[in-house]
Order: sequence, then structure tokens, then C-alpha cells
Amino acid sequence: MTDLNTCRAEDILLRRRALRRELAAREGLSDVRIAVLSGSTTEQFCAILELLLLDSGFRPEFHQGHYNRYYEEAVLDTSELQAFKPDIVYLHTSSRNIQHQPTIDCTEANLHTFVDEEIARWQEIWDSLQQTFRCQVIQNNFELPATPVLGNMAAVAPGGDARFVQQLNIRLAEEAGQRQTLLIQDSHSISAQVGLKHWFDTDRFFSYKILHTPEAQLALARSLASMVRAIYGRSRKVLLLDLDNTLWGGVIGDDGVNGISIGRETPEAEAYTAFQQYCLALRERGVLLAVCSKNDDAVARTGFTHPDSVLKLEHISCFKANWEPKHENIEAIARELKLGVDSFVFVDDNPAERAIVRAQLPQVAVPEVGASVSQYPAIIDAGRYFEPATLVKEDFQRAAQYAANAQRETQAAKFANYGEYLDSLDMHAEIAPIQPVYFERVAQLTNKSNQFNLTTRRYTQAEIEALARDRSHVVLYGRLTDRFGDNGLVSVVIGRQEADTMQIDLWLMSCRVLKREMENAMLDALVEEAKERGLKRLVGRHLPTPKNGMVAAMYPGLGFARAPHEENLPEGSSVWMLDLDSYAPQTKHIHRPELAHA
Amino acid sequence: MPDLSPDTVLQDLQPIFQEALNDQQIVVTRVSSAFNTPNWDSLAHIDLIEMVELHFKVKFALGELHEMKNVGDMVDMIIEKKEDD
Repeated sequence: MTDLNTCRAEDILLRRRALRRELAAREGLSDVRIAVLSGSTTEQFCAILELLLLDSGFRPEFHQGHYNRYYEEAVLDTSELQAFKPDIVYLHTSSRNIQHQPTIDCTEANLHTFVDEEIARWQEIWDSLQQTFRCQVIQNNFELPATPVLGNMAAVAPGGDARFVQQLNIRLAEEAGQRQTLLIQDSHSISAQVGLKHWFDTDRFFSYKILHTPEAQLALARSLASMVRAIYGRSRKVLLLDLDNTLWGGVIGDDGVNGISIGRETPEAEAYTAFQQYCLALRERGVLLAVCSKNDDAVARTGFTHPDSVLKLEHISCFKANWEPKHENIEAIARELKLGVDSFVFVDDNPAERAIVRAQLPQVAVPEVGASVSQYPAIIDAGRYFEPATLVKEDFQRAAQYAANAQRETQAAKFANYGEYLDSLDMHAEIAPIQPVYFERVAQLTNKSNQFNLTTRRYTQAEIEALARDRSHVVLYGRLTDRFGDNGLVSVVIGRQEADTMQIDLWLMSCRVLKREMENAMLDALVEEAKERGLKRLVGRHLPTPKNGMVAAMYPGLGFARAPHEENLPEGSSVWMLDLDSYAPQTKHIHRPELAHA
Repeated sequence: MPDLSPDTVLQDLQPIFQEALNDQQIVVTRVSSAFNTPNWDSLAHIDLIEMVELHFKVKFALGELHEMKNVGDMVDMIIEKKEDD
């Protein structure tokens, strides 16, 4: 059976009747009566929509208004509509149907009168439908014009057609916010996804008054079907996730928590992190997350303890990791969550698992996600599985967190000084002796950091591991998060204890956190470590390279004093010393817990 | 598309007409047209043109659609377009 969520328009057009026969033969379809009032000819659109609704468990009956008489049929002569008794009225128009486009000499002050006039016509339609039918109304907002005659100015000038479309769309959104029965279909973004070049079909418009390409009709129909599902409470509610090579790269049972790919350190890890963030964003708007993985339960859970894991166990509403077939686990999850499997979307990188779930539990949506996790959010999004009809409080329990983020915009305004700006970043540092999970990243940083790197010493992973075990050395790593997200592991300092002195063999930092006070935080931590060991001073060196000029003055900037020159250093090197007795912590704008000592 | 002749094109058109006109039994000939063929109304015509364009990977211009009076015209236009490729 063709996957109607992802197939091309021609897959549907070439075998429409056969598909219809197949889909209409299914049992348990619920009736829905949809009136389509349109500014163009709608037979082909309704034929496509019918297939999608049948596929969603509805048996639609359509009333199609006459070409371009949507206003008359909704307001003046409602007899046909009344006889039809619609459950849903779909007002299907386009920017071609705009009637009060301002003239090119329109001023900023006059623009709103044109918007008002255009909206007044729609208000008449909505009021009439509300009074006469009390049914749900869905109206699309407007796509941008395909041929804006003013070029870029079309989006700027008060008389520009692109500008007018955007003003209208904002007003439509405001109206929808005040009218319970009005839902807006976002044609503006749907047309952007398809592309305006592939949206309007002028030949078909001139020939048959069909405005859109088959591709555009299919995109509109898919979106409308998702809105109908949402209205009837049939949007999906649960995202079921595989683990290995879906939520993180690698196999946790083989690679261990330190070996899986997640975080910021490789392109692959970034892609898994982005997918986890997408999952978390869905959860924060009310979609439940569940895990369905072939794994040892205890081992699988350790994946969520990885410091870079965006998803934590607390985000997972139901966790099934075992060696039973996945479709059996999915049924168990349905029982535990007290939801039908028809509210599930299953995501797994393994095509064999997808196939068996699809075969055993056809009600579960199983998007063909492929094996490239960077594409997963777009593929899942294209399925429109989780369309909300309304947003209610329970949908965003984390609204407070969002509110904090939203302040970013307002705070960007002005700061009295740099410190105030740093405070606004809400920075938190985690600085500690290295753990095994960071061996690879730290070795990698020592080999690729050239600018903020005082000695440019390179280490292999084996050497880092050896230093970590050596009591006379300390390898400190620093991670920094701020309001904009997690910057990952950004700084490394290696100290070597020699009599009553801590020699600083390596000090490096990623340039993405330059001028954030992170070097001060690292110094505070290093001092704490040195004092804990009963040492008197720190000694550090700047060994110049063509690339590390930016840190030539770092030590004096941090309060180090010039120490006697050493013979065997490269030309231009300098040696610096810090006395620990008189040291006062320097970090003012980064939150950081004191170094924990085992 | 190999071996494109008036006969093979007509043969290829049969299942398309059967689908567009919703009649599994129908067989069209070069003289079939909207006037002498059941179910070939304006809406079926839209589907038909769409499906023919998709199947043969051709695109009819507005003027050509206007000149197309029967199945024979359609067959000849398809061959002409494929030869120009």
C-alpha cells in the first residue's frame, strides 16, 4: 500500500480509484461532512483529500461550492449549505482571491484600512457560518504572491503585495485567537515548503480554474487531513523511540556509555543531539516519549546518564528495553500508558524493525525515516502526526522555561557594562578532574586547539588516560552552559605537581567561549586543587607559536607575576608564577560549584 | 520510451482512460472523443490530461489542449513531443 504521507502526487493521481476502493473497504470509518467553499475549482483537491481522510479512519462526504462563490454561499445564499449540514466548513482561497490590495501609492498610515476592509469580508463569512451552522471553520491564510512586481520592495512598501499578505496573515491569526470555531491552515508555510514555483499552475487555472499544482493540492490536503484528525482528537500522542543509532550513535551494549556518539564533538554527535532536542521539544508541548529498544534494561538506561544526553530518564514516560519482539513491547507500552496503539508513532533506524511493527501493528504510524538521523525531525514533521487543534495549559507545563528564553529578545537591548551582559548569559560551569567519558574529547582538543593554547602540547588518548591515573598530575576539564544552550567541553588544564609547585603543562580553551570569564573559572578550580594538595604556587609558561598570540598576555592578566627565565624554552617564551597565599577567587559571572574531592 | 508508434501509444493510453473514465471495460480508438465516449466529462478530462502528461512525461501547452479534438490528435501530439526530445 502506498504511504500517502510521503508519496508523490503522481503516485496518487495515477491510481486514485484503485486506492479509493482499497481504503473505502476498511471497517470502522467514521462519517464526517465537509463543505469546501473555494476561490478555485476543487474536484481534484477533494478527491485527494478523500483518500487521505479515508486513510485516517474517516469516511468524508463533501459539498463543493460553486467556483469562486465562497462569499455568496456562506453569507447570502446559504440554502445549499444548510441542506448539507456540514461538520466542517473549509474556506479554500489564495492570495489570488484578495480583493482590497492597496494601490502602489498606499501610505503606512492608510495600510490598515485596506487590511480592515479585507478582513471585514471574512468576518461576515465567519459570523454567518457561526450563527447558521455552529460548525468548525478552517480557513487557510495566504501564500506570498508568485510574481511580486515590486521585487524586494513588495515585502516592505505599504502598497507591496507581499507586505499585504503578511499583514493579512497576522490579522487572521489575531481573529482566530478570538474565535473558538475558527482554525487557520498555514498555507503561508505550506507553500514555502513546496516552493511557490511549484505551487501555482497558471495553465490549469486558465484552462479549468484549478489554481494549484497537484503537488500543492496534496500538501494542502495532507495538512487539512491532520487538522481534521486533530479536531476529532485523533492526533497521535506518543513518540516511540529506539535507542542505538536512533537516539545516539553506536551500540551502548558494545561501546558503553563513554563510547556512544552524542554531544557536540563530532558532526554525527551533533545530529543525534539535534534529534534529542527535537524529541524534547515535542515532549514539552505534550507529546509523550517512550523507549522501545532491544537492549539490556540496565545498560540501556546508562545511555541517558551521558553528560551530553539532552533526554533524561525522567522525560521517558514508558521504558521498555529487553529482547522481546518490538510489536509485543509496543502493545505492553499501550497497556501501561492506557492509550491505543493508533496514537503511536514509531521511530527506529532499523528497517527490519520498522517492517515488523508495520506488519504486526498497522495502526502504529511508522515513518520511513531511513538511517540518517539528521533527517529524522523533518521526516517526522512531514507526517504531521502530532497536529494540535488547540494549545491548553497542560500542553506546556514547561511554559515558565520558555518564558525565560523569550526574555532573550528583550534583554538583548542594552547593558550598562560587560559584566551585566555576562550575568545575563546565566552561565554555569562544570569544572572537575577528568572522567573516562572525556578522554577522547580532551585528547582531540589538545590536538586541534591552536589559538587559545599556552603550550600547544599534543597528547594521545592513551597519554591522557595515563595522566588521569597518575596522582602527581591533575587533568581538569571545563564545560560551560548558558542561556543559549550547552557549549560542551571547552577547556582543559593539565597540572603537574613538583615539590610545592603546580606546573601548568597545558592550558587550552575553545574560542567559542572567549571573553566569558571561563579562564578565570578554570584558574579558580586549579587553585582549589593546588591548595587541596598543600601547594604554594602555580607556574605557567607561554610558548609562542604563529597562532597563539592571543594568549601571550594571559598570565599577567590573571595576576601572575613574571618568573625567572628558563634556558631550554623556545625564543620569545615567558614564565609566570602565582602565589597561592594571597589568591582571591576571580569568577564573578559564572556559577560554579566548588571542586568536589573524592 | 522505446518503440513509440501510434499503435503502442494508443495501447498505453487504454489503462489511463479506464482509470480516468472509471470504466475498466472501455477501449478507445483514434476517433474517440468527449462527444462519443461515456463518462468523458470536463472533470475526467482534467484527470486524463494530468495522467497522460505524467505517464509519457510530456507537457501540453494551452493551445495544444485547445486543438486536441480526439484520441488520434492526442496520440500524434505525444509522438511529436517525444520525437522532439
